[in-house]
Amino acid sequence: MYRVTEQDGREGAAHFVVELPSEVRWIEPVVDYVLGRAEAFAYAGPRLTLNLRVGIIEALANAIICGNAEDPRKRVRLEVTIDAQRVELEVSDEGPGFSPDQLPDPTAPENLGRPCGRGVYLLRRLMDEVRYNERGNAVRMVLYREAALPVR
Amino acid sequence: MSFRVFKENGVVVVEVDGQLIVGNRQELKQKVLDELEAGERKFLIDFAKTGYIDSSGLGVLVSLSKKIREQGGELRLANLNEDLRTLFELTKLDTLFTIADSRDEAMATLA
Repeated sequence: MYRVTEQDGREGAAHFVVELPSEVRWIEPVVDYVLGRAEAFAYAGPRLTLNLRVGIIEALANAIICGNAEDPRKRVRLEVTIDAQRVELEVSDEGPGFSPDQLPDPTAPENLGRPCGRGVYLLRRLMDEVRYNERGNAVRMVLYREAALPVR
Repeated sequence: MSFRVFKENGVVVVEVDGQLIVGNRQELKQKVLDELEAGERKFLIDFAKTGYIDSSGLGVLVSLSKKIREQGGELRLANLNEDLRTLFELTKLDTLFTIADSRDEAMATLA
């Protein structure tokens, strides 16, 4: 089961931590939970149903599968802050980390037919800010309420 | 989330109800591969009732497309909502798949 702990936050913001076991079956309920909290701040449309959903789902899947190798003894931690202007997310795992800058471009013609390698690319395209820590086992992402540029 | 698989005019139609994500992608893959092994060659995946496909789900579609082609078969996708279309365009997978606006349109190209 996943566990939500409310944190002290600035006024007008929701600040909470979700901890979940490293099992992919928990991704969907956690994503639904966080999207519900964002809806309470009137986030709606593709920013909610596409951008934010992609951000959470891909970061959690990477943490569970690549980071923690689906070891149920290891936990994934998702820290969320939501206010009227933006959603901030930080996903961390207990894995050894990876080098996000050395991933091949999944949209290059020679990689289009590969079944893997689109998760981090989608994160970077659909979240407004994405930054990995030095070890590569935690990613911090920001999504603003209004898109600076259209995604297409 | 669930998958409904049935045959219509010689085409295996798969309806994806809910989301196609890391947690259920293997189930879809196995259902289609079972049909391929049974000799079916024309496939249509209908996303009219699909909310979201994650990168793992996209990966399974890529893998199935390759396996179907290797057996001389054809795969069509239909009824992608606006969010799903954006995902296919961002990943350039719209250039890899034949995507139809409706099931009828997809069926017509498989006739």
